[in-house]
Order: sequence, then structure tokens, then C-alpha cells
Amino acid sequence: MQNLIDFISFSDPNVRYVVLGNVLLAASAAMVGAFILLQKKALVGDAVSHAVLPGVCAAFLFSGSKNTALMLIGAFVSGWLALITIDYIAAKSKIKKDAAIGLVLSVFFGTGMVMMTYIQQSGNAAQSGLDHFIFGNAATLVGADLVVFSILAAVLLLAVGVFFKAFALVAFDKPYAEALGYPVRRLDLLLTSLTVLAVVTGITAVGVVLMAAMLVTPAAAARYWTDNIRRMVGIAVAFGVFAGLSGAYISYVAPAMPTGPWMVVVSSAIAFFSFFFAPRKGIVPRMYMQRKNQRVIVEENTLKMFYHLGERNSHFDGMRSLDELASTREVNKALLKTALRRLVAKGLLASRDGQWALTDAGHQKAMRVVRLHRLWELYLTKYMDIASDHVHDDAETIEHILTPELERELEHQLGYPDKDPHDTEIPK
Amino acid sequence: MIVHTQQPVLEVHDLTVSYSRKPVLWGVDFTLPTGCIAGIVGPNGAGKSTLLKSIMGLIPLSSGYVKLFDRPLEEVRHRVSYVPQRESVDWDFPVSVLDVVLMGRYGKVGLFRNTGTRDSAIALDCLDKVGMSAFAKRQISQLSGGQQQRVFLARALAQEADIYFMDEPFAGVDAATEQAIIKLLREMASANKTIVVVHHDLQSVRAYFDWLILLNMHLVAAGPTDQVFTEEMMQQAYGGRLSLLSQVGDVMEKRAFPSREH
Amino acid sequence: MIAFWIILTGALVAITCGLLGCFLILRKMSMVGDAISHAVLPGIVIAFLLSGSRETLPMLLGAGATGMLATFLIEYFHRRANLQTDAAIGVTFTFLFAVGIILISVFAGKVDLDQDCVLYGEIAYVPIDLWVMDGGIILGPRPVYILSAMLLVVILFIKVGYKELKLTSFDPAFASALGISTALWHYLLMAAVSLTTVSSFESVGAILVIAFLIGPPATAYLLTHDLKHMLAITAVLGIFIAFAGYWMAYWLNASIAGCMAVVTGICFASVFVAQRIAKRKSSPAMPGEAIG
Repeated sequence: MQNLIDFISFSDPNVRYVVLGNVLLAASAAMVGAFILLQKKALVGDAVSHAVLPGVCAAFLFSGSKNTALMLIGAFVSGWLALITIDYIAAKSKIKKDAAIGLVLSVFFGTGMVMMTYIQQSGNAAQSGLDHFIFGNAATLVGADLVVFSILAAVLLLAVGVFFKAFALVAFDKPYAEALGYPVRRLDLLLTSLTVLAVVTGITAVGVVLMAAMLVTPAAAARYWTDNIRRMVGIAVAFGVFAGLSGAYISYVAPAMPTGPWMVVVSSAIAFFSFFFAPRKGIVPRMYMQRKNQRVIVEENTLKMFYHLGERNSHFDGMRSLDELASTREVNKALLKTALRRLVAKGLLASRDGQWALTDAGHQKAMRVVRLHRLWELYLTKYMDIASDHVHDDAETIEHILTPELERELEHQLGYPDKDPHDTEIPK
Repeated sequence: MIVHTQQPVLEVHDLTVSYSRKPVLWGVDFTLPTGCIAGIVGPNGAGKSTLLKSIMGLIPLSSGYVKLFDRPLEEVRHRVSYVPQRESVDWDFPVSVLDVVLMGRYGKVGLFRNTGTRDSAIALDCLDKVGMSAFAKRQISQLSGGQQQRVFLARALAQEADIYFMDEPFAGVDAATEQAIIKLLREMASANKTIVVVHHDLQSVRAYFDWLILLNMHLVAAGPTDQVFTEEMMQQAYGGRLSLLSQVGDVMEKRAFPSREH
Repeated sequence: MIAFWIILTGALVAITCGLLGCFLILRKMSMVGDAISHAVLPGIVIAFLLSGSRETLPMLLGAGATGMLATFLIEYFHRRANLQTDAAIGVTFTFLFAVGIILISVFAGKVDLDQDCVLYGEIAYVPIDLWVMDGGIILGPRPVYILSAMLLVVILFIKVGYKELKLTSFDPAFASALGISTALWHYLLMAAVSLTTVSSFESVGAILVIAFLIGPPATAYLLTHDLKHMLAITAVLGIFIAFAGYWMAYWLNASIAGCMAVVTGICFASVFVAQRIAKRKSSPAMPGEAIG
């Protein structure tokens, strides 16, 4: 606990640098990353982050010192060069984009490695810290870096703010944006430049190898929580910032722990949680909904049995035994029993001495299900020319999902009929 | 209107197919007689290719079944041939024309064995039938659209099957190729082979097909061309989409509804 | 002799990776190769911790397992959670790689691996890692044996499954229609890539594995229209790159793995540029596409 308080109080200037640096980098990366993700360029982000390495090294070789501004320019140039090369190779040869990305990524990075070992051989004392660019080391952040980061983050924020609508449209529907007269090509180049800027902001703390994750992972997670692009960017930034803070905190508590990889692990954990549990889109809620729907189907089918039995002697509220119910159609008795129990709990059935009968509410509901089933059967025979001895199976599932609006439209199209294709009455 | 046949070569029974839960084909039910050239016709998005793919077992069925020669597909695969859409493959792939045609023999050769001289002879013969024997050693990237289609046809011929399913074989081919292909299909049909073709050009329907399957998300009609290819039927198939069907499909997709009770 | 062993190691890795890479790029799955080469890291570290040594078998098993885990996760997120493929790849492999790096930091004392060798490998140390028999007979560097075995396995795999690999890459729908399981061959190929990556990883590092998986096949793809030639050219290129890369590194006194990656890039660039120039010269005279 004391750790946490110390951490939050910012009493240690190093903590302050690391925290602010991480927050700035995570926020900028996530913001740009959202558009990269929507444009389906996640792997391009990976390539750019690897490809800045030779630029950084070149700047170092040129200036002989760790001049942040110069390194940023170097990184910017090589990141850009990598992207143009990828596009050029994919456009001008039969090499597909994925191969072009992998090729450029590994060759640029390899070039960076050669330059780096060359610098190390040269024995330049100032080279210490250069190799941190590969895996990142947040502890090396100093005040001067923060000033540069803040400027970069401000530029990114401003650019994304100004071009938000344009970026959103290009990401959503490129041909349409083109038709509207948007300078799509230039907007793409701008987004590319912003990507490189975001990567550059990140490499000191996270390193080039894992920077792709800070771009893409928070955005991928955010996609599961909203369909609104503004909210998505906001959520992505929030996730990124949380991951950044967690990374800083973990390496504060356990100094041996690397900040960058922990940021990536935390944001991946958020992403995995989102894939599984985000409402509506997550795997688990979707499975739950499916289960619930399945229960609804079984319950409604059970009510239908009561109605069918009732139709035989126009005695809809008679008591029925399990065997009697099971005689109407092929069912799994265990499943039927649970459905009966649930229907009793819902007040749609009344039970006495191991027998069941429809309540008034149950009768209404059963009538509606049978009605929808017969309406749909009629629709199938009338509009889809499906033979009347085949329609029963097809109607089986649809009756459970027809909404009142669809029901009204169905009735209207059929001209408010009384009889179904088997000439039985459609209840009103 | 659905005309059924006795002892059908293909029986599609009550087939429903969904993409991510949204049904795209509803209760399709028809039979085909042996030795006919059947066209599958319908507007864009009617599910023509989907029908072919589901017959070939490439898409899981939501309900219904398909029987070929009165058997499930698994048991008669060697008698069934499939020609995918030309655009579905990468024509920059580093293989020669003969290589592609030889792929038609893979099902017969089986695993772990290579194609032999007999297979090559058959492949060359098939190339000859489509008028492409001069191109055997040519790389597939150098072919025109019509030539690509002929190569795909030769590959299907090399399968020596009894029923052929072809997805848009006339799409984007020149007139000469189209005539050559239809001539070949007629020869095959007279040798008692059955051919099912997805087609989109209504002009040539009457000339090409003796059986017609009219599709628009559901089966509008199936039967001999002269009975099915009527103004009334075409009006039914092309006269707009069944809005209620697509609305119900949307609801199923959104609410993750299962297509079965259990 | 040292140079010989290093070049031999490099060439073995280049050929093994390149042969599999041919099928990866034809299936438009290069980036899955990239993902696997990063994702094997945690497997290697865990195997190291559990077995306490650099034994080959536990390493192969551990890394093979995480490599396959990565392929599986990518498929799973894509299919079950409707995550777009590129994001599924990006999220999965960065996560596994980050876990690997953290494990290395946590067990820094116990694991004889460091962060840098993960990316660069230690090809320079290959000649030192000797295989000594009980009688004191030195049989040569251990990695050379492992990599030769791997190369044999890969050649056998491609030889046996050549026609299925070719067909499932070219026309998966037709393959399924013939009853050939595209999923089976997908996972077999991925398993082969995982195992190759692992056995190469220690010697040459993640980046050179990617360069070898994609570079030589992409260059060969530009040069030929025949799959068999493509495989052969890839192998020859691999040997050349190992040679040239080593001498470049020797001359510059720089990272051997880095130099091999650079030579890979130079090879591709020269072929690419030469073809562009040739095309530009001939294009005005080129007739339009033949019809019919």
C-alpha cells in the first residue's frame, strides 16, 4: 500500500518522468492506432515500429551524440521510407502486401542491427542508451525527453482533432471519401506520418519491437465496447493510459521488471478480457445470448404442445401429464421437464399432482406462438413456393424470433388470413 | 413451380444455408435428371454461388441435406467435379497450365503418390478438348481471362466425373471461348454427364440450358427450361427482393439465434 | 574453420526457412511466420526453466507449443470474436513476445538467455557449442546437427505433401471439393514453421528468421513462374546470403545476423530494380493482352 501511495504522490522525480512519459506515449499511440486498426493496417504499424531503428542509428552516427531531435528526424525518415517501399513493392510487382511488409520489416531492422553493432565497435561512450531503443527502458527518460514527447503528443492530438472527420470517413469508406473529393492520398500520407510520430514517441520507453502493440492492442480492445468511432478513440486512449500507468507502477514496485513489456501485457490482458466479455460482441455474452435463445425456443415449443393438445378437443386449460405432452412431438423428456419447471416459475403454467395446465397468460403466449408459426408457414407456401409438406420444419425456428413489427407486416402481406396451409385455423 | 424427377442424379432437400447466422438460402428443394445442362439463374445476391458451394460441402448447412447419385457427397466425391469462380484464385501462382490441369487428377491419385504418365496423358487430352494443348507449358499468369476459364474446364474434365458444378464459367470470357465451352458441355451431356452452371446472362438461357433453377434467396422455380423460363417466373425471381426474408435474417444475425432447437 | 561452421549454420537456416517461406508467401501468410517467430520466445524460456538446461528436445517442444498456441489464438480470435486478421496477429504475437521478455527479466539469474540474443541470435558462438562424445571425440557444433536434421524433416515434409501443399495454397476451394483437408495442411505447415523457427531461433534470432522466411522466397518468386524452380532458387539464394552476409559482417565487424538480413534485402532489391528497368525498356513494344 505504501508503495502505491509513494507512487501516486509523485515524490520521486524519476517516477514523475516515467509516468508522464508513459501516459503521453500510450495516449498518442492508442489515438493513432484506432485509425490504423480501422484501416486494417495493424501489421503496417508493426513494420514502421521496427523500421525506425536504422534512422535512429544513422542520426547517431551523423551527430556522434544522442541528440533527441536529430534522432526523431532520422526515425521519421526511415519509418517513412519503409512505408513507401512497402507500397511500392506491392504496387509494382506480384509480391503481395503481407510479404512486402515482412521483407521491409526484417531488412530495415537488420540494417539497424548492423549500424548498431558498428556504433558499439566504434567505442563511442555516448552510445550507452542507444540499445534501449530496441526493448525500451522507461527508466532512462529524462526531463528533456518529456518536453519533446509533450510537443509530439500535442501535435498528434491537434492533427487528429482537426482531421478527425476525414480520417473516420477514409477508414470507413475510402471510395466514397474519394468520390466526395477528399484528398484521400494525402490523408493517408498524413496518417502515416502521425503513425511514425507516435512510434517515435514510444521507442524510448517501450522499444521498437513491442511498439506495434501499443498502437494496435488498445484500439482492438476498444472496438469491442462501442460502434461509435469517437468513443472508440476515447476508450482506446483510456486503455492505453491505464496500461502505461500499470507498467510504470509495476516497474516501480519491482525495479527488475521491464516497463515496456508489462505495458504490453497489461493492454493485452485488457484486450483479451474485451474479446471474451465485452457486452454484445464478446465471445461469452454471445454464447450466453445463444443459450438464452435456445431456452426460449424450448419453452415456447412446450407451450405449443399444450395448445396443440387443447385444439384436439377445444379444451385449452386441461391438465396434461408428461407422457401426454411427449406424445405430441419428439422431445427429450429431461429437457421438457426443466422447461415445464421454468414455465411454472414464470406463471405461464400451473402444476398439480405431476400434471400441468396453461394459465391465462400461458394460453395467450401459446396462442401467439402457434399463430406466428402458422402465419410463417403460410408466407413460405405463398411467397416462396415451398411445398406445404415441407414448410413445417422451416417455420419451426422463425416463429420464435418474429417481432411484433414483423408480425404486423407478415399479416398485412398475407391479407389477414384465417387458415394456414394445412387448413387449420390461425388463432387470433 | 418445382418439377421433380424420378431417380435424380442430384437431390437437394430443404436446404437452408446461413452466413454468420443470417440465412442466405431458405428451404431450397429440387432434383435434377441425368444428362442435362442445368442453369442456376437469379439476381445478384440471390445465393447462386452459395448454393453450389453448399452442394460441394464447402459451407456448412443449417438444415436439409444433399444427395448425389442417391448417396451423401463423401461417398461419391470421385464422381463429382467443381469449377470455382475464376477470380477465386491467384493467377500469379507459380505453376504451369499442365500443372493446374493435373490437379484434377489429385483426387484419383490419392495421398503420398505423384501423378504418373497416364495422368499426364489424360491432362493433355483434356487440354486438347478445350483447345489449349499449345499452352501446356505456358505459365498461368500469361493467360487471358478466356484461356484461364478453359484451363479450369480442362482441370474439371481431368477429374473424369459424372456431374460437374461450374461457378460462372462464362463470366468475363470472350465470345469464341463461350461458344467453345457450350459446345463442349453439350458433348459431355450427350455422354450422359450432368452439368450445373451458375449463369447471369438471361439472353442465352434458352439456348444453353435444358433445365433451369431460378433462385432468389429461395427457390422460385426448377424444371425444364421451356416451362420455367416464362415472363411470370422471371418476374417472380427478379421482381425485387423479399424484404420480409432479409428482415428476419437480420434479426437472426443480430440476436445470435441458433437455427436448431438443440 | 570458424567461418565454415557459421556459414554452414546460416545456410542451413536459410534453406529450411526459405523452403517453408515459399508456401507462406504463396498463401499470403507471411505475417503469420513473423508472428510465430516472435511467439516461440516464452516457450523457449519456460522449457529452459523446467528442464534447467539447453537440451534440444524440451526447447523444441516448448517453443513448438507456443508457436502453435499463437496460430491457434490468431484463428480463434478471428473466428469466434470476429477480430480482423491483422489485429489478431498483431495482438497475439506482441503479447507472447512481451511475456517472454518478462520471463527473461524475472529469471535473469537462472536463464542463460538475454534480450538481445532473442533478436540477434548468437550465430558467432555456434562453433563453440560443440557436441562431444563420451570418448572425448568432438563431432562438431551441436546446432549444425540439429539444423541439418530439421532441414531433412522439412525437405521430407515438402516432398511427401508437395501436391497437397501446392493445391491447398493455389485453390483451397477446389482442394476441399476433392476431399483434401485444407485445415489439416494449414496446421501441418504451421507446425513445420514453428519447429523450424525454434531450431533456428537460438542461432540466428527472430529477425533473421523472418528475413529468411520471406526474403529469399520473395526474390525467387520474382525470378520464376515455376514452383519447383522457386524452391530451388530459394535454396541457392540462402547459401549465397549466408556467405555474403558472413563476409560483410567480417569486413564491417558488425552483427552477422544483421548483415545476412541486409544481404537478403540487397538481393531482393537488385532483382526488383533489374526487373523494373527491363520492363520499362520493353513496355512500349509490349503488345496488348491476347484475347481468346
